[in-house]
Amino acid sequence: MSEQNRTRITVALAGQPNVGKSTVFNMLTGLSQHVGNWPGKTIEQKTGEFSRNGLNIRLIDLPGTYSLTANSEEECVARDYILRQRPDAIIAIVNTAALERNLYLVAELLVLPIPVVIGLNMVDVAEQHGIHVEAHVLEAALGIPVVPLVASRNQGVGDLLDAVERLLDEPEAFTPNRPVIGEEHLPILEEIRSHLDGYLPSHYPDDWAALKLLEGDTEVTARVREALPEDEWTSTHDLLKQHEDAYLDIAGTRYEWIGRMVRAAVVRPKLGAVTLTERIDRVATHPVWGLALLLCIFAFVFWVTYTVATPIVEWLDVAVMQVVAEQVRLLLASAPVWLSGLVVDGLFAGAGTVLTFLPILVIFFAMLGMLEDVGYFARAAYVMDRFMHWMGLHGKSFMPLFLGFGCNVPAVMGARIMEDRRSQLSTILLTPLVPCTARMAVIIFLAPAFFGQAATFVSWGLIAFNLILLAILGILINRLVFRGEHTAFIMEIPLYHLPNARTIGLFVWQNTWAFIKKAGTLILIFSAVIWVLSALPGGDIEHSLLAGLGRRLEPVGRWMGLGDWRLMVSLLTSFVAKENTIATLGILFGVAEGSGSLAERVAAGLTPAGALAFLVVQMLFIPCVATVAAIRQETASWRWTAFSVSLSLVLSLLGGIGAFQIMRLIGY
Amino acid sequence: MKTLCDLPVGAHGIVRRLQGGRGFSARLAALGFTLGADVVIVKNYGRGPIIAAVRQTQVALGRGEARRIQVEASQGASGE
Repeated sequence: MSEQNRTRITVALAGQPNVGKSTVFNMLTGLSQHVGNWPGKTIEQKTGEFSRNGLNIRLIDLPGTYSLTANSEEECVARDYILRQRPDAIIAIVNTAALERNLYLVAELLVLPIPVVIGLNMVDVAEQHGIHVEAHVLEAALGIPVVPLVASRNQGVGDLLDAVERLLDEPEAFTPNRPVIGEEHLPILEEIRSHLDGYLPSHYPDDWAALKLLEGDTEVTARVREALPEDEWTSTHDLLKQHEDAYLDIAGTRYEWIGRMVRAAVVRPKLGAVTLTERIDRVATHPVWGLALLLCIFAFVFWVTYTVATPIVEWLDVAVMQVVAEQVRLLLASAPVWLSGLVVDGLFAGAGTVLTFLPILVIFFAMLGMLEDVGYFARAAYVMDRFMHWMGLHGKSFMPLFLGFGCNVPAVMGARIMEDRRSQLSTILLTPLVPCTARMAVIIFLAPAFFGQAATFVSWGLIAFNLILLAILGILINRLVFRGEHTAFIMEIPLYHLPNARTIGLFVWQNTWAFIKKAGTLILIFSAVIWVLSALPGGDIEHSLLAGLGRRLEPVGRWMGLGDWRLMVSLLTSFVAKENTIATLGILFGVAEGSGSLAERVAAGLTPAGALAFLVVQMLFIPCVATVAAIRQETASWRWTAFSVSLSLVLSLLGGIGAFQIMRLIGY
Repeated sequence: MKTLCDLPVGAHGIVRRLQGGRGFSARLAALGFTLGADVVIVKNYGRGPIIAAVRQTQVALGRGEARRIQVEASQGASGE
C-alpha cells in the first residue's frame, strides 16, 4: 500500500481536441460534475467528484490543447494547473487513429513532475480505418501504463482508474522513457539552466522552464525575466537570441522520439487503400458539390426540426401550459388580483415561453450534435471558409453562427472555439443577426395574416435580408473595427465515424442547458417586470407605465409606419424574449378590436409597408436579455456588450425605416 | 522553393521552412509540420483552403497559411 493511507486524490484529464476526452470525463463522473470557468478566464472548467473502491477521486478536465507551449490561453490554463496545483496523476487521452500527433502532448506532459497514464481512445474508429495499435508494445516503449478504450461504449474507462491507483500505490514503478532534446541543443539548455538556478518561483521546475525558454514561450519568458536579476537575464537573453530557431528543432526531436516510440506498436493500412472518409470527402469537401451538400443537409435539419417539433410545441402549449395556468388561477382565486395576475400572466407566461421552445431546441441541437459527432462539421467549416474570409473570419466561426439558428445564447458561448479574441469577438457581434427559432416563430405567426399568399416569400426574404446584413456587417467590422487583421485558419479534419448516442445526448444537454439556465431565470424575472409595468399604476394596461413608454415612442414608430403605440410596446417586450412580441400583442389586441384571429386583428391596422417594417424591426431588434447576458459574460466587457446592443438598435431602426419608405415609394 | 499551395492533390512534399511569426510556426510544428516532415496534399482546388495530411492526420489550412509552409517536392512516403 501507499506510504500514507490515501483517501482522496486529484487526477487531471488531458488531451488534444477531437480525442473524446469529454466522453471519458462524463463516463467517469456521470452527473456529479461541476461546470464553471477557470479563475479569471472565459474558458470552461469542468470538475467532477466520485468515489471508487473507498477512494475519493476529484477529476479535473483540462482544456483540449495540441501542446503545452503558450500559444493560446487554453494551453496556459492547462499547464498552470498542472504546475501549481500538482494533481496526483494525469490521464492523457489520445486518439488511436492519430497516435503520433496525439503523443506530442504526452511528450510535453512527461517532462513535468507528475505521473501519466495514457488512455488509448477510439480504438474502434482506428480499426475501422485499418489502424491497429498494440497497447502493450506502446506501454513497454514509453514505460508508462497504456489503457485501450472505447469511451463512447464505456469500455476500458474503469481500467484507467485502476492504472492510476496502481501507479500511486507504487510510485517507484513509474519509469517513463522521457523525450530528450537534440544533442546540438543540450549544452545550451544546460547553460540556460545554470542561469536560472535558485531564482524561479517554486512551482516552476528549472529543467522545464529552461526548455520553454529555448522554445520561445512568451509567458515563461516574461516570468523568468521578472524573477531573474538583471545580469543573469541579460546573459540568458543573449543566449536565447542566438538560438531563436531552436523551437523548430525541439518540436522536430519530439516527433522523432514519438516515431521511435510507436514504430513497433502501430500497424497501418496498406498504401493506396481508399478509405470511407476519402470517398465521402470527394463530395463533402468539393467546392461546388460540398456547398450543395451543405445546403441540402441544413435544409433537411430545419425541415426535420420544424416538422417534428411543431406538434409537440402545440401540444405543450394547449395540453400542459394552459391547463396548469388554469389550475393555478383557480388555486389563487381567493388571493389578491395582483398576485394571480403576476403569477399567471407574468411568471407563467415567461415559463411557458421557455418550455415551449425546448422541443425545437432539443431536436435542432440533436441534429447538429449528430453532424458534429460523425465529423461533418469540420467539412462544413472547410467549405464555408472561403465565404467567411470576406468577413475576416474563417471556417471555424461557421459552427457557432449556425448554432444561432437554434438559439443565440449557445451560439455566443460557442464562439469560444475560436483561437483568438478578435475572431471570437467578431463572431459574437454577428450572432444576433442570425434569426433564432424564437424570431422565426413570430414571423411564422404573423406573416400569413400580413401577406397572405406571399407569406412564404416574405419570410424567406426576411431571413435572406438578415444574412446579407450579417455578411455586410462582417465585412465592415473586419475593415473598420479590427482593421483587417488576419486570423490563421488551421483546423484538424477528423475521420468520419459512427455517431454515438451519448455524445450527441451530451451535446444537446449542454446547449439546451445553456438556454434554460440563462433564459429560464432571466426570462422569468423580466416577464414579471414587464407584467408589473403593464399593471401599474391603475391595473389597466391602456393607461399603464408600459403604454406611456409606447406612446412616447410613437413618433419614431411613425417613420416606419408603426404609429400604433401597441406595436412599439410589443417590440420593446421582445427584449425579454423574442417570442414575447406575440404574447404582448395578444394582451394589447386582446380586448376590443372585433373578430378574427390575433394575427388578423394586428394586420387590420397595418399597411403592407408598415407590416413589412414591423417584421424587419422584429428580426433585427436588440438581442433578448439572455443573449445580452451571454455576450457580457463571453466578452467580459460592458463596452462590447453596449456596442452590440446599440448596433442592433441602429440596424433595426434603419432597417424598419428603410423597408417602410421603400415600400411606400414602390406604391404599397 | 515551392509552398504547400503549389503542390497538386496526391503530391508529397518535405517541409523545409516555416515562415511567419514564431507563434504561428510553433502551432504548425505542434500539429506535425516540423522540418523534414512528409506532407501529402489531400485537397487543393487552386483557390480556397487546402487539406494536407501530415503524420496520419488531415489538417485544413487557409491558403495564406499554406503559402507559408515551404516544401521540397518528393516522391512519396520517406522513412516510413
